[in-house]
Amino acid sequence: MHIDPLEKKWAAIALGIAGLFVTVILSSALFHGIHAPSHVEPIDSASLHLSGEFAEDKLGIEEDAAGNITVRIVAGRYGFYPQDIVLPTDTPLTFRMVSQDVIHGVHVPMTNMSTMIVPGYVAEVKTELHHAGAYPLLCNEYCGMGHAHMWNNIKVIGKEQWDALKHPQGDASHE
Amino acid sequence: MNNTTEKTLALSHFWVAFGAFALACLMGIYQVIERSGFIGWIQSREVYYASTSTHGVLMAFVLTTFFIMGFGYYVATTTLKLPVWNKTFAWAGFWVSLSGVVLAALPLLTGAASVLYTFYPPVQAHVLFYIGATLLVVGSWFWCVSMIVMYMQWKKANPDDPVPLAMFATAANTILWLWTSAGVAAEMLFQLIPWALGWVDTIDAGLARTLFAWTLHPIVYFWLIPAYIAFYCLVPKQAGGYVFSDELARASFILLVVFSLPIGFHHLYMDPEQASGWKLLHMVGTFVVTLPTFITGFTVIASLEIAGRLNGGKGLFGWIGALPWTNHLVLAIILALLMLILGGFGGLINASYAMNAMIHNTAWVPGHFHLIFGGTTIIMYFGIAYYFWPVLTGRPLFSNNLALIQLWTWFIGMVILTTPWHILGLLGQPRRIDSVHYNNLLTLSWEPYEITMIFGGLILVGSAGLLIYNLAKTQFHVTETYEGEVEYAEPIHPVKALPAYLNSFAMWNWVIGAFMLFAFGYPVAQFFLMKTYGSSPWGY
Ligand SMILES: [Cu+2]
Repeated sequence: MHIDPLEKKWAAIALGIAGLFVTVILSSALFHGIHAPSHVEPIDSASLHLSGEFAEDKLGIEEDAAGNITVRIVAGRYGFYPQDIVLPTDTPLTFRMVSQDVIHGVHVPMTNMSTMIVPGYVAEVKTELHHAGAYPLLCNEYCGMGHAHMWNNIKVIGKEQWDALKHPQGDASHE
Repeated sequence: MNNTTEKTLALSHFWVAFGAFALACLMGIYQVIERSGFIGWIQSREVYYASTSTHGVLMAFVLTTFFIMGFGYYVATTTLKLPVWNKTFAWAGFWVSLSGVVLAALPLLTGAASVLYTFYPPVQAHVLFYIGATLLVVGSWFWCVSMIVMYMQWKKANPDDPVPLAMFATAANTILWLWTSAGVAAEMLFQLIPWALGWVDTIDAGLARTLFAWTLHPIVYFWLIPAYIAFYCLVPKQAGGYVFSDELARASFILLVVFSLPIGFHHLYMDPEQASGWKLLHMVGTFVVTLPTFITGFTVIASLEIAGRLNGGKGLFGWIGALPWTNHLVLAIILALLMLILGGFGGLINASYAMNAMIHNTAWVPGHFHLIFGGTTIIMYFGIAYYFWPVLTGRPLFSNNLALIQLWTWFIGMVILTTPWHILGLLGQPRRIDSVHYNNLLTLSWEPYEITMIFGGLILVGSAGLLIYNLAKTQFHVTETYEGEVEYAEPIHPVKALPAYLNSFAMWNWVIGAFMLFAFGYPVAQFFLMKTYGSSPWGY
């Protein structure tokens, strides 16, 4: 068997490059807790609107005593409910999202707020938004004829402004 | 050797492949124009999604499967110097696959299967679509059996000799495909078909996505391996040189087969139904599978350098100019490698999941795979077609110049099409939208890119037309005859004997089996172990 020394060197370099990438991702996962949205939690899409955390009056934002915010959203053709959400900057956010029908995806452009919403499972993403402004929240998984018309609006306001407003329950139900 | 039947067999497969390709190109240009919203009367989301679904199925499943089968039959006969085993059986495979395509085409074209080529339950297509797609795969299994039988026949007659490299790689692809297609076959047979027939009421979308992910990554290598075979076994000879290393080529093919299988979860990074540990595991595998591509890049460029220097090229880069750029296979590989470099970079971003979150399911993704698949892979299919057509039809190529223009225009069109796509992805445009009119200022910044993409698309359609024209002219209007056969490149250091692990897949099948059990065993089993809720079918 013949393997050229130059080729051996190249194979070692290639191994090094792959190894470097793996190390970076593994260390960011293990030491900085950067994970893909992975939250294996089954839910019955057919009855989620009837009771529990995804009933209509529970949707929107909920702030705990420590100031952590949970955002509950139901995705259904062709919209995200509630339609308008106001959030503060630089605050730990937990998005919990479910689909009432087919597979949707959600993405806030130019941020890492992204997940698939697969019916039957709760999609959970933890993130923080750092820049105030108006963002769309877009469906990025084909879900039927109205796929391109499925979005809602997020308004991100400064932390100080948020604290001044002392939002009790968010904008959960206004359309 | 009189191989007229083999030639007809290969040619028939190739025509189905390129016919599907031409039709899909027309749909592609429709889609990019419709989406931009610039021409009012062609707007129709129903037609758009029917078209996207058909475009994807034709390109990803029909073009590839038929091309690979035709190519495989001819490579097997010419490298092993054996007639195709049981010709009736081979033709049966062709007809099973073709009837599957026709069955699937009926609902696709009438808008009753607008579920895109990845199927997307619980959006439900007409059952004929699922049955047709399954038959296409079943027909390809006939091909797998033919390849394996021929490989065994040859091995029996030549027990101690190295299997010719091109056949070794074809066998690798056969094994890869049998393992790969098992995932989607299970999804079809146990989930989609019974559900579409109404035998079961609900479907577990999480399980369906997991099974599809099993298929979704290695299938890309199934498409790519013929291009790699051309890289290693056809191009060096055409360029006037030798294969730099036969052994390492085999090692690359083995690595591709073994490591492309247990890594499909990088398509599920953003999915909720699998835990992060499994995603990390599949991520590591994803980086391992870059190794054979790095090695292939090196070996192939080294082979080209040998050829360039043998042709009189001097200095550090002089050999590049000395390559026969007017040979269509050589030009094809140069353009293919350029696109592989661009697309490979995008792939690394996809594979790293913190970065993946930024571009997941955005326009970046189709931009990326149009470079790798629509660029690198397909351009090698073109090169192979130009090389094989004279051999298979017995007529010299109608026009070498047209072939070169076709390859260049495909390259240029693809770069113009995919660059804006990548930018749109970074700007947050979702993939698979039939219009770009969100109620938001952001989307205004998308418009100039939409216009650019139309230009790219037009160039590509023109290029596709040139390909079909040239091939048809060659076969039906050229009157001279051509007697050549396909010639395979020799390694620079001839291979006399090989250890069994580089000359047989017996051991590797066990390795793959173990890896697959490890990577998919629990992730599939969990759906049966925990309480899950299925979904009812939905229309569009
Ligand atoms: Cu949607």
